Amino acid sequence: MKLTVNGTSHVVDVEEDMPLLWVLRDELGITGPKYGCGIAQCGACTVHVDGIAVRSCQLAAGDVSGDITTIEGLGTPAVLHAVQEAWIDLQVAQCGYCQAGQIMQAASFLDLNPTPTDDQIDAAMSGNLCRCGSYPRIRAAVKSAATKLKGV
Amino acid sequence: MGRVKTIARRSFLIGSAAIAGGVAFGTYLYKREGTNPLLADLEPGQAAITPYVIIDANGVTLITPRADVGQGAWSMQAYLIAEELDIDPATATLSPGPASAIYYNGVVGAEAMPIAATSDSLLARTGRGAADVMGKLMGLHITGGSTTVPDMYDRLRMAGAVARETLIKAAMNQTGLPRDQLSTENGCIVLPDGLKLEYIDLAAAAAEIEPVQDVTLRDPAEWRYLGKPFKRTDMVAKSTGTQKYGIDMQMEGMVIATTRTNPAIGGGLIGFDAETARTMRGVQAVLPITGGIAVVADNTWRAFQAAQAVECDWGPSPYIGNSADQFAAVAASFEDDMQDSRFKDEGDVAAALEGAEIIRAEYRIPYLAHAPLEPMSVVVRLTDARLDIWTGTQIPRFVQANMAKLTGLDADNIHVHVLMSGGSFGRRLEDDYIHQAVEIAMQLPDTPIKMVWQREEDFTHDFPRPLAMARAKGSTRDGKVDAFDLSIAAPSVAESSLARLGQPAIGPDVAIVAGAWDQPFNIPNYRVTGYRTPAMVPISSWRSVGASGNGFLHESFVDELCHAAGADPLAERLRLCWHDPSRKVLEAVGEMSDWGSDPGPNRGRGLAFTLAFGVPVAEVVEVTSTDAGIRIDKVFVAADVGRVLDPVNFEAQLQGAVIFGLGHAMNCEITYQNGAAQQENFHVYEGMRLYQTPEIIVRGLENGDRIKGIGEPGVPPAAPALANAIFAATGQRIRELPLSKQIDFV
Repeated sequence: MKLTVNGTSHVVDVEEDMPLLWVLRDELGITGPKYGCGIAQCGACTVHVDGIAVRSCQLAAGDVSGDITTIEGLGTPAVLHAVQEAWIDLQVAQCGYCQAGQIMQAASFLDLNPTPTDDQIDAAMSGNLCRCGSYPRIRAAVKSAATKLKGV
Repeated sequence: MGRVKTIARRSFLIGSAAIAGGVAFGTYLYKREGTNPLLADLEPGQAAITPYVIIDANGVTLITPRADVGQGAWSMQAYLIAEELDIDPATATLSPGPASAIYYNGVVGAEAMPIAATSDSLLARTGRGAADVMGKLMGLHITGGSTTVPDMYDRLRMAGAVARETLIKAAMNQTGLPRDQLSTENGCIVLPDGLKLEYIDLAAAAAEIEPVQDVTLRDPAEWRYLGKPFKRTDMVAKSTGTQKYGIDMQMEGMVIATTRTNPAIGGGLIGFDAETARTMRGVQAVLPITGGIAVVADNTWRAFQAAQAVECDWGPSPYIGNSADQFAAVAASFEDDMQDSRFKDEGDVAAALEGAEIIRAEYRIPYLAHAPLEPMSVVVRLTDARLDIWTGTQIPRFVQANMAKLTGLDADNIHVHVLMSGGSFGRRLEDDYIHQAVEIAMQLPDTPIKMVWQREEDFTHDFPRPLAMARAKGSTRDGKVDAFDLSIAAPSVAESSLARLGQPAIGPDVAIVAGAWDQPFNIPNYRVTGYRTPAMVPISSWRSVGASGNGFLHESFVDELCHAAGADPLAERLRLCWHDPSRKVLEAVGEMSDWGSDPGPNRGRGLAFTLAFGVPVAEVVEVTSTDAGIRIDKVFVAADVGRVLDPVNFEAQLQGAVIFGLGHAMNCEITYQNGAAQQENFHVYEGMRLYQTPEIIVRGLENGDRIKGIGEPGVPPAAPALANAIFAATGQRIRELPLSKQIDFV
C-alpha cells in the first residue's frame, strides 16, 4: 500500500485494517502522533488527511485516500507553523503528550475557520483530552494563532 | 481503647527512633560525602564539578534528577542551577542523570510524619531534620509530594555556584588575575579588559582542581531568571512532536510487546491458549508472565490484536470484589479497634455536642485512576552482564533495586534511563509495568523490547486513589462554628504502596487524614480521627494523595456548619484561621471573586480552603444552574508557596490542578465488579473537556516562611468549592463524588 506522509511517498506492507496511527509510528517511525486511547476519545493521534484533522487510531490504513500530514510535517523547531509558535509563546504544554494532537486539531480548524468565535473554538477543541488541564492556555493559543494567521 | 494507646505510642516512637538513629548512628553516614556518580563515566576532557553539572568542549550539561511528569521539574531544576552558574538554560543539554543515592530526596519523608506544615515547634523541626537524614541514608532518589522545589532550591543553586566559582578558580590559575577582577556572564568568565573565556574551554582545567566549596548564594534581588516569567525548556520539543517519551523509543532490532493480566485484580492466570494468537501476522512469541501473558510482535497494533486473541483462564480476585461491598467494608471501619490516628483533638468535642443541636453528615469519595495520557510503556534490554531500562519513572533507585531482585544482577549493572513522562499523577511511583517488561526480557535476552500497555490494560491495572467515607458531627453556638468532629475511614496507601517498594509502613498512615487534621483553624472543639479499613485492592498515591479526597470531606462539612450557624463561609473561616499566610489567601480569593456581592439569579459561589504540602490554597468556584445542568463559570485561586520562582508555570500548575480536581469531581470514579475495574477507557472516565473549562484566575502570594512546590496543592479545594457552589446556587447539598451521580453538568 502506498501512503504519502509529509510530502514523502512510502510503500508499506500492512494489513488493510491496521490503524493509520500504527503505520506511522511503527512502520515509518513517525512518533509525533501519539497513542492515548485507541478509540477516538482523546485526540492524541490527530493527523491531517488532505488538511482535515482525523483520529489516526480509528482510520484504517486501507481507507486513507489523500496526503497525510503529521505534526512533523506541520512545522519544525527551525520553521514553526503559526499554531506551534502560539503554543510556544503561551507555554501551553505541561506533560505535552496530547499537544501534537491538539496542535493538529487547531491548525486544521483554523484553516477551515480563520475567524472563529469563542464557542466555535471550544467546540472544535473539545474532542481532544488533556489530563494535565492545559485547556485555558490551549484556548488562548488558538485565539493568538488565529490573529497571527490573519496577519500573514 | 488499648489499640488506640498502642498506636499513639508507636507514632511517637517512629519520630523518636528516626531521630535517635540520625544522631547516634546516622550522623557519621549522613555527614560522609557522597560520591559523585558522574565521575565514573566521564570522557576525556569532561569535567563534572558537582553531581549536577558536566562541562566539556561541546557545552554544558545540567543534571536534573527529579522526574518531569508534566509539572516542569526538569526546566525548574535547570533554571535553579543556571541562575548561579550564569548560563542560559536554553543553551544547555539537560539530563536526568543516573539512579544514584546522591540524588536523595530530603523532604518527602516528612509528608509521612504527623507534623503540621504550619508548625515550627522543636519536634516539627527535628522531624523534618530526621526526614532529611533518612532520605540520605536510604538514598531516596524519588520525585513526589510536590518536593522538587523545596528539596532542590538551595542544593541546585549551590551546585551552580560551586561550578561557577571552580571555573573562576581555573581562570585565575590561567590568567594570574585575582578573584575580584573576574566576573561571569552567559557561559563565560569576563576579564577586566572585557575579554571572555568560555566555560567550555576551562573545563579540562577545572576538572584538575578541587571544587571551590566556600560559596554564597545570590540575593534574590540579583536574580536574572528566577521570580520572573521565563520560558520552560521543553516548550519547543513539546510543540513540534520532537519530545521523546518512553513510548517513542526506537532501537535497532527492537521488538514490541504488550501484556494482559487478570482484570480481576490479583486473580492470577490458571492457564492460556495462544494457538490462534501465535499464527497471527507479526507475532513472535506469546509468553507467560506473573498473573498473565505477554505477546511479542513486530508492531504495537499486531501485539494488541494478538493479546486479545489469547484465551486466558483467569482465577478469582482474592479481594473484596464489588463496589457496594467495598464501601460496606469502609463503613464497618468506624470502630475503636480500627482507629488509626487522632492527630487533632482540641477542646472537648463530646462535651460540646452534649445537649447541642447536632449537625450530622456522611460523605463518600470513590476510587480514582491516574490515567496519564501516555499509557504505561518502557523499553528494556537485558544481557548477561547488564539491564538497561528506558522509561518515565519517579523512582529510579527503587526500580534498580527491585529489578536486581528479579534478575539476580547487581544493582550497579542496572541502568535506568529516565525519560520525559507523558503524565503520571502518581502512577509512575509504581514499577509493575517495568517488572513485566523485564520478565519478558528474561525469556528473550539480548533483544531490545518495547512494552506498551493498551489503554484498557492501563485503566484496569492501575493502583487507584482509595475510596473513603467520612462521618461528621458538629454544632454551632451564637452564630459560630463551635464543634467539628470528623471521622475518616479509608484503606492505607502507605501500607499498600510501601510494601511494593520493599519498605515497611510503621505507625498510623498520615494520608488517611492529610488535608483534614492539619488545617489552621481554631475551632473551639475540633477533632479529626482516622480509621484504617483493612487492605482491599492495591492502591497508591494520586496527585495530592490523602488531601485529594480529604479536602472535600473537611471543607464540605465546614461549609455545612457555616450555613447551620448562619455565618458567611468566608468570614467564619477568617475568624477561625490563626495562620497568617492562610488568612491572606482567603482574603485574596474573597477580593478576587467579589465575595459577598449578589452573584445573580440561579448563580452561586462556593469557597474551599486546603493547606496541603505546606501550601495554603483557597478557591472560589462560581456556577450557574441552567435547565441543562450546572455550568462552571469562573474559578478564583490564591496560593502561597513562599516564593514564586516561575510565575507562568505557577499559574499553569494551579489551573491544571483546578481542572484535575473539578473534572474528577464532576464525573470520574473507578468501580469494581468481581474484582475488576469497570471503567476501561476515557469514554467512561472523561474528566473535564475544554468546552466545560471555566476561566481560572490565579494569584500567587509570598507570605509563607518556607519555599514550597505547586504541583499538587491546587487539587484538594476544587471539588469542595464546586460542591459548595452547587449548594449555594441550588440548595442541593451533595455529599458523594462524583457529583454527576446526582446532578448534570452542562
